[in-house]
Amino acid sequence: METLEPILARHLFFQDLDARHLALLVGCAGNVRFPAGAFLFRAGQEADRFFLIREGRVAIEIAPPGAAAHTVQTVGAGDVLGWSWLIPPYHWKFDARAVEDTRALALDGKCLRTKCEADHDLGYELLKRFAQIMEERLQATRLQLLDVYGARG
Amino acid sequence: MADTAVASASPLIPHPRRIRRRVRETADTFTLEIEADDGGPLFQPGQFSMLYVFGTGEVPISMSGDPRRPGVLVHTTRAVGPVTRAMAGLRAGAALGVRGPFGTPWPLEAALGNDVVLVAGGIGLAPLRPLVYEVIARRPDFGQVVLLYGARSPDELLFGRELERWRAAGIVVSITVDYATRDWPGHVGVVTALVPRAPVDPARTTAFVCGPEIMMRFAADALGRRGVPAARIFVSMERNMKCAVGFCGHCQFGPSFVCKDGPVLAWPRVRGLLSVREV
Repeated sequence: METLEPILARHLFFQDLDARHLALLVGCAGNVRFPAGAFLFRAGQEADRFFLIREGRVAIEIAPPGAAAHTVQTVGAGDVLGWSWLIPPYHWKFDARAVEDTRALALDGKCLRTKCEADHDLGYELLKRFAQIMEERLQATRLQLLDVYGARG
Repeated sequence: MADTAVASASPLIPHPRRIRRRVRETADTFTLEIEADDGGPLFQPGQFSMLYVFGTGEVPISMSGDPRRPGVLVHTTRAVGPVTRAMAGLRAGAALGVRGPFGTPWPLEAALGNDVVLVAGGIGLAPLRPLVYEVIARRPDFGQVVLLYGARSPDELLFGRELERWRAAGIVVSITVDYATRDWPGHVGVVTALVPRAPVDPARTTAFVCGPEIMMRFAADALGRRGVPAARIFVSMERNMKCAVGFCGHCQFGPSFVCKDGPVLAWPRVRGLLSVREV
């Protein structure tokens, strides 16, 4: 049976990560599966982990009171889901629902934060990678807000 | 008689043509099939016609049909202004004026033997559709072919049944929408987010991009980040084309006339101008 280390190493998010750091991360990682329709997390819950999607698709949703849930974005194989574990008060701001049967690696947030405090090189490396994801999603959201395919698009 | 012959050959004189068929694509988008002269290729993918609604006005509309299909010109457009709204009201048998084809085509020969990525946003799929037909007709000439298509919502996706046929013809089709509720099982997010996962070898990829200008800017940026060389990215520009032959200057975009030097232009030629607020 394949250990988690090569699976982590193959995921795009951890591409070219130092082997020493990878070994540290493996101790915080575990395999998870979610059937279609299941929630990976809900807004307001404690954000105690993040996910590296290996297979399937997950919708990031927000549900205004009294209205149908609105899908903000979907993520799939090769994507990262969740950074609220990194930022106080460590609560999810959106729901995440599996649209298809989904396999992922879950990385424990508290475990990671402890290791990042102890090894700032690891912390900086993780922050750089998450900053890249955040920047991409912020740009995408800005483009989405422009409603470029609307009547004036 | 000689004068008539000269006049009819002039690119500035519209030819009256009948509409054979009108297809409703979405709530505000429609396709017109217009009769044309038989024989020979009528146009190349990427080119456009000037369509004149008598008594209302003339607009540039990209070809959206199969360049190998004789006897018909196909145009897909959205009813957004006075002319296209009037055009939307025309039915089979009605006449309109046609000039063209005009403009530069998608340089498909530049992609021979390579992977191909087509990035379409909204109505931008229409000018790319002739290219899709051509790629399918010559499928063995290319490596992996990927269409990344973004629309505003599932209701606004164009050519729905055809997208399935294109998949069956060997094209990887990835679709995303900007807005969706739970009944949509596909991707949600901007089309540029599909670029990083497109299954192509970026160094040997040619990209053809069409959509709103800001979407093309972000798409070209995402393609560049992925490693697609800038010189192998082509975009289709839209401007206020009037004469369509480079006389009047209405469509001037920096040093280029979009009607004559474009609409298809290499990305390095427009990159610096697209972020300028007024050109």
